[in-house]
Amino acid sequence: MSRLLVCPPEYFQIDYEINPWMRRTNAVVPSRAASQWQALMTVLERDVGAGIERMPPVEGLPDLVFTANAGVVVGRRALVSRFRYPERQREEVYYERWFRGQGYEVLTLEKTHYFEGAGDLLGFPDTWFGGYRQRTDIRSFPALSELFQREIIPLELIDGRFYHLDTCFCPLSGGELLYFPGAFDSYGLAAISERIPAERRIAVPEEDAIRFACNAVCVGKQVVIPAGCPRTMQSLHDRGYRTHAVELDEFMKSGGAAKCLTLALD
Amino acid sequence: MTPAQETVLLQGHIIDSLILAKVLDTIVMMGGTFDLQDVKIGATREAPSQARIVIRAGSNRLLTDILRTIQPHGAALEREADCRFESAPAAGILPEEFYATTHLPTQIRLDGEWVDVEGVEMDLAICIDPAMAQARTIPMGAVKAGDLIVTGREGIRVTPLARPAERDVFGFMESVVSSERPHQPVIADIAQRMQMLRERYRQGQPAAKVLCAGGPAIVHAGGRDALTWLIEAGYIHVLFCGNALAAHDMEAALYGTSLGYGLTAGRSVPHGHEHHLRTINRIRAIGSIEQAVQSGLVTEGIMAACVRRKVNMVLAGTIRDDGPLPGVMTDSMQAQQTMREEVQGVGLALLVASTLHAIATGNLLPATVPTVCVDVNPSVPTKLADRGSFQAVGLVMDAASFLKELARTLGWRP
Repeated sequence: MSRLLVCPPEYFQIDYEINPWMRRTNAVVPSRAASQWQALMTVLERDVGAGIERMPPVEGLPDLVFTANAGVVVGRRALVSRFRYPERQREEVYYERWFRGQGYEVLTLEKTHYFEGAGDLLGFPDTWFGGYRQRTDIRSFPALSELFQREIIPLELIDGRFYHLDTCFCPLSGGELLYFPGAFDSYGLAAISERIPAERRIAVPEEDAIRFACNAVCVGKQVVIPAGCPRTMQSLHDRGYRTHAVELDEFMKSGGAAKCLTLALD
Repeated sequence: MTPAQETVLLQGHIIDSLILAKVLDTIVMMGGTFDLQDVKIGATREAPSQARIVIRAGSNRLLTDILRTIQPHGAALEREADCRFESAPAAGILPEEFYATTHLPTQIRLDGEWVDVEGVEMDLAICIDPAMAQARTIPMGAVKAGDLIVTGREGIRVTPLARPAERDVFGFMESVVSSERPHQPVIADIAQRMQMLRERYRQGQPAAKVLCAGGPAIVHAGGRDALTWLIEAGYIHVLFCGNALAAHDMEAALYGTSLGYGLTAGRSVPHGHEHHLRTINRIRAIGSIEQAVQSGLVTEGIMAACVRRKVNMVLAGTIRDDGPLPGVMTDSMQAQQTMREEVQGVGLALLVASTLHAIATGNLLPATVPTVCVDVNPSVPTKLADRGSFQAVGLVMDAASFLKELARTLGWRP
């Protein structure tokens, strides 16, 4: 069974602006956020069959809800993120505390190398891809590669709207890739094509990409996807995936959706 | 001037991700150039690769812009150290680990600053003055006890030759030696360059001198008139030769023979083998080559032209020399030092029909000086290249034919 780390949105709001989606004037409606988050949990637990681990929310840390950025977990080892913006650096200690409390071996990178966890590191069993430039420093990848003995292909993120790799790139369990080509440069696209054959690449149209179609959670043949991405859902159906659309627009105000709200633990 | 330069390291999965390609493309697109050094490809898929890239740009500002642009792609500046140096233990003795120079533009790092090494020449050491932030090459024999000599390899940069802007035969700076190479286009390029340098020389610009290092075959083979004309017409500014070229040239002036052979009749004349000795003796009696010309004893030929045009001559002696003529340096280290001084400001070197002088001169020249080596024997330009003067253009042809063709191209009408 897949286990996912989540954090309830009790203190979720827009206190600062660190990506193009965030507008302090575009306030979160707490009751809607709570119900959307709860609906997501229900789908994950009941329809998808994932195990859910909840970490306690912390007042004053609105983005702690986006647990995808806690770090990256491989087996019993957890590497804790080092956030680029000071606003989110305060979250690091809480994620670390949670991992330690659960008995994970906690690893860290050099302080000078920013790395924003599973938000910028996604992969297939043999190859991982790392997003860089917007948040994560490319120089963190050689260290990660050595720690986890994996090849990591860095991909430059060239569009500020897609500031984490998980906003424009989503590997699926069958080896397909859901991605928005406009978020990458020609070098990145060539590197992706080199590793993932054309028949396995599912290019998401821009109107779905800005509805966070790529910020989906895939468990087995089930894909939990933000509502409002019909063309992407059709593409997934065509390849034999079952889709679960969840309304997550309160979280999109902050630049995140289904994937950002979860961290795969195994 | 040495271009601005920095070395960066790029590591990780830089090959399949095309990050290396992206960084290199960026450098070129921004107007820089690069040298890819030490590319280590990861042995397995998981293992990272590493590349060391030397980046050069026309200005420090452009270099900074390039570094700033490639830094987000992981290109990290290599931390460079100052060069190391030690005192010379005694006069004429270098520290054990001394750095041996190449004939390429070189810089050393002193107190975090890159300093150009003056007097670029191969096979020397580098002597520094840290207080003045100066560095220059120094021959082993000239070292004084306590001189500060650069050791090891850290903090030393050698800049490979940039391809010159001129699209002539020197643009390739490659010593392809072939007797089948068509001569005429090469000679036309040399002539064009000499024309340009004569103009620059007249305007007092730097690196405008043309050096000719030649052997006596120039006289024997019949190239004397052409070389004389080239000197008279102001195309040659420095002459390196030995006792023989000077002796046979003046023998021709005094007796009409070269090593006893009548230059016009083409056969040996009675007692002709003595002519060069009698020539040397007469010049010794008069005191100097300059005197011989000024007094009217020697009225024409290469030496006369040099004296009249105030061409600097360095006559370096050998063991076989007769006489020698006055002015011939018999101390070879002194000759080497004088030649070293005379190659300063040379913008073109013609090494014609002399193995010894060609290689000796080649050793003294920085690689940035366009060089032509002309010899009827292909082994001479080959040997010159083997000794490190890879920039020399080799022409396998007879000295007289070369000089005549060159002079004709420049306007000689015999």
